[in-house]
Amino acid sequence: MFRRRGDRYVASFAVDEVRVLRKVASEVVGLLTDGFDHSDPVVCRLFPEVYPDDAPGTAEFRRYTEGDLKTAKIDQAGAILAALPGDGGGDVRLDAEAAEAWLRALNDARLAMGVRLEIKDGTDLGVELDDAVAEDPTSSRVFQLSVYAYLGYLQESLLNALID
Amino acid sequence: MGGMAAPQVAPVETPDTDEVPAPDRPWVTIVWDDPVNLMTYVTWVFQKLFGYSREKAEQLMLDVHHKGKAVVSSGARERMEHDASQLHAYGLWATVDRS
Repeated sequence: MFRRRGDRYVASFAVDEVRVLRKVASEVVGLLTDGFDHSDPVVCRLFPEVYPDDAPGTAEFRRYTEGDLKTAKIDQAGAILAALPGDGGGDVRLDAEAAEAWLRALNDARLAMGVRLEIKDGTDLGVELDDAVAEDPTSSRVFQLSVYAYLGYLQESLLNALID
Repeated sequence: MGGMAAPQVAPVETPDTDEVPAPDRPWVTIVWDDPVNLMTYVTWVFQKLFGYSREKAEQLMLDVHHKGKAVVSSGARERMEHDASQLHAYGLWATVDRS
């Protein structure tokens, strides 16, 4: 989890954490580059319809803004990939700009996972995880829920370090 | 979306556009509740993007959370579209509408 050290934001990551972060950041990049599709609910959440009742207006807005938005999201996921230590684990030290890019990128990753996991208002992650473990402890859902919860803690720790 | 012509009581010289000045027809940026974004993150984004005080940003965040949505800025349509795209960059669910 992140702490502030002078004007840097520092966290130590174990081997598994580095792998997970590299995976989720790469998945976001992949989502934005390979077969980008507005009918994918995840893409729809990351690029919301700005005029829900006006498809032509939304299309016009996207024509002017979507390229930049996509680039920004790829860059912020790239900020995670660039700062991660090698597979052995280690420290990440971020300046304020990189810390904000990480915050936005962690949020994108959580949004994407939240859609896939069908997280709703009032979803209790602990209960979801218990249910998933009871069903099949080796399932992908157990892993995805754990990663989703982990990203939330990580994002919150970075945010708290920034606000302090 | 061109925009409706404002009622005119007398013929006037109008420029070649159907845009009505912003004060006559303001637009709003709306942020909607979603189950993923952290409350502290939403508050931080409002402070960061709009320069709102902690108190105002927190109140807006709570409005989003409890009422399902909140108007976070208002003004000319182009400005609102700019705000919405900024909010999208931060992962907030923002739309633009007439006020």
